[in-house]
Amino acid sequence: MGGARKFMAKIMEEPRKAFITGNEAVTWGALAAGAEIMFGYPITPQNEVMHYWTRLAPQYGKGFLQTEDELSAGFTVCGAVQGGKKAFTATAGPGNVLMQEPFGMAEAMRLPLFAVIQQRGGPSSGTVVYSQQEVTLTTFGGNGEGHRIVYSTASHQEIYDYTIKGFNTAWKYRFPTFLLGDGYQAKMREPLEMYNPEDRGIKMIETYPLIGLPGHIGDNREPQHLCNIYSLEEELYEVVMKVSAEYEKISPEIVEYEEKECENADIIILTHGVVSRAADDAVKALRAQGIKAGYFRPITLRPFPQKQLREAIAKSGAKKLLIAESAYGQLDRLTKQEIYGETIKIENLFMPGVGIIDYDIINKIKSIL
Amino acid sequence: MGMIAPVTPKSWYLPSKPHKFCPGCGHGIVLKALGETIDELEIQDKVVFGCDIGCSLLAWNFFACDSTQTHHGRTTPVMVGIKRSRPELVTIGYMGDGGGYSIGSQHLLNSAVRNEKITLILVNNTNYGMTGGQMAPTTLPGQKTETSPYGRDPELTGYPTKGPEFIAELTPASAYVARATVAKYKQLKRFLRNALRNQMEGNGFSFVEVLSTCPTNWRTNAQQTWNFLEEEMEPYFPIGELKSPFGKGDK
Amino acid sequence: MSLIKIALAGEGGQGVQSIAEILAEAAYNENKQTIYIPNFGLEQRGGVSIAFIQFSDKRIGAPKFNKADVVVALSERAVERTAIYSDENTLFVYDSGFKAEAAEALPKEAKKIIGIAAIDTANHELHPRVFNIIIMGAVIGLTNVVSFEGAKAALEHKLAYKFEKNPDLRELNFKALEIGKNMAEESLKEGVAK
Repeated sequence: MGGARKFMAKIMEEPRKAFITGNEAVTWGALAAGAEIMFGYPITPQNEVMHYWTRLAPQYGKGFLQTEDELSAGFTVCGAVQGGKKAFTATAGPGNVLMQEPFGMAEAMRLPLFAVIQQRGGPSSGTVVYSQQEVTLTTFGGNGEGHRIVYSTASHQEIYDYTIKGFNTAWKYRFPTFLLGDGYQAKMREPLEMYNPEDRGIKMIETYPLIGLPGHIGDNREPQHLCNIYSLEEELYEVVMKVSAEYEKISPEIVEYEEKECENADIIILTHGVVSRAADDAVKALRAQGIKAGYFRPITLRPFPQKQLREAIAKSGAKKLLIAESAYGQLDRLTKQEIYGETIKIENLFMPGVGIIDYDIINKIKSIL
Repeated sequence: MGMIAPVTPKSWYLPSKPHKFCPGCGHGIVLKALGETIDELEIQDKVVFGCDIGCSLLAWNFFACDSTQTHHGRTTPVMVGIKRSRPELVTIGYMGDGGGYSIGSQHLLNSAVRNEKITLILVNNTNYGMTGGQMAPTTLPGQKTETSPYGRDPELTGYPTKGPEFIAELTPASAYVARATVAKYKQLKRFLRNALRNQMEGNGFSFVEVLSTCPTNWRTNAQQTWNFLEEEMEPYFPIGELKSPFGKGDK
Repeated sequence: MSLIKIALAGEGGQGVQSIAEILAEAAYNENKQTIYIPNFGLEQRGGVSIAFIQFSDKRIGAPKFNKADVVVALSERAVERTAIYSDENTLFVYDSGFKAEAAEALPKEAKKIIGIAAIDTANHELHPRVFNIIIMGAVIGLTNVVSFEGAKAALEHKLAYKFEKNPDLRELNFKALEIGKNMAEESLKEGVAK
């Protein structure tokens, strides 16, 4: 493999500060993570991931294919990772809907697929701009059980960090892994620091093929038969139960969250993704005014940090939980099923398809306290 | 006991035999021809065999070759993904007429246009067998199926898809496009061999449609089955090489 | 510097996004926190183009905002589209070249509504192509979000390939920047208070 050495080459000599868009941060993160090939289909607001990748990838001996649609982009990624290559795609909105089919295959066959979802407004074509309306689809889409790992980022630094981590999570645990961004994060420019994962002590997981293995069949190896359909209900039951158990077992290692000021809070603000920036500002402003607000943010929406959220509620003694999101209750539903049994009163600030700023959250809190 | 075991290709996976196709089904013939071809080309270790959903899914562990099972219509992009990332492998996509010409037609069409270096084998038995005999893109005019119980009316549902013909129009000269039939075994093998060689030599897209039989859903006996294949299907779907980098087409 | 929120709006091709990007980069180079986000809806093809930029010493929260400290609207449609970002704390700037038509659409609430003759100045005194650089200068004059030297350096960086081909362009752009800055500073002294 003449190209192999090239793939090992460092993407940058030393950490580099940059002022770039989130889509560009995805591309650099994927390069730094050693991604080898991208498959994609144009859809706003992820297009620039492909634009940057197609400009940078050839310089590093990496591949790209613009497929005929998102079904094909998802399935070509499924093929490439079976071949042992670090492959990825990026999509949004209706593209995410189409990709639920290949994402389901990745769940069923435990394929280390990595996809970046830059949420846009829905339903249907909706708007091309921004929303947080792809939470349900990304966490539990498909005809399965939501055996996926979903990181919801809130800054360009996190986009870069979690793109690198996302590839590792996918290859370590063999569950399809998603970076859930949005149109704002995709398109805005803000500073971040880029680095080689190795220089930060991050060991990139070695990839390996599931098919096309070395050796001679019948001589020193068996043929690989990857199965995706079962004749009997009981067979499928066994498989799904086994996968569920594995998913539950590894979940504590994967769960990530961010919590601030939850000790002695009267109200906890629960947000994810870019909205948590506004929540962070709102908590500071409210505290300055003597209102005891706390901040909780799941970074992994799947698996959900339910234990940690329950603990935050318990230790705070908060009477209310405000769930704020740029959707009509998708984070709300997810949270409620995860913390079933808690008696804290849940309030909502649902602003589907539009941005939420600290002002909106502060006003809402003042109206309910 | 006491049965004489038939000679089987080396590349067949014996634990999965006898295979699960219905009696009289043409799949076994196609897969035998393919197995012998894989043996003759000595590519067993390099082949990745991908099967679609439909009756073709039953072939998921047919070969002692690395194999993967996909979704209905999506074998083509999975093969493209494998080939694009592992060009040294020989990728064989195996599908039916529904998977290739209907639900997966956009993948078939676009991978042909891109001249992807993959080999696709499409088994045409004029109906959706696995789901119980519904009308397929290849169902002949007047043919009765579960969803055309009074016979396919071209006024309402168009004429049967002629896959190799449209793929030949879409591909450059380096592609290989042919239509074979399970009724002409030697020719079938020659076409499959050419389709694999064409990929191995890095020339381009390689596509073979194989006319096949489905007595279960056609509700035909052995004689009627063969008659339908040779007297009804073949006149509509002409056999031969439509495009070959290996010289003049063989009609 | 506390948080400063700016909305720049114009017709496609007026160069609103370019100057937003240059301003944001200049601020980034001066170690300020900056977020720049374009509107990129279907409007990006043939509609009003808006750039949302924020500058601060501290980490900036949400990428968009309800009300701006400064709105600059460079066409009649842009005025109509951006009036909603104006409140009693907003400096609302528009090009006085279309004053008559736009008067109706001007925001009801603003700290100050300022008309500047950027298009006219560009056309008659400089070159139509540096119209947006006058506006960039005006933003600096109104807010000091970046230093004048920092803005020049960012321009130099962004337009290096053009300046290399035609060194006269450098002088033209810097002059436009300065004229814009001066126009804005003057207008702050005497603009139409509302």
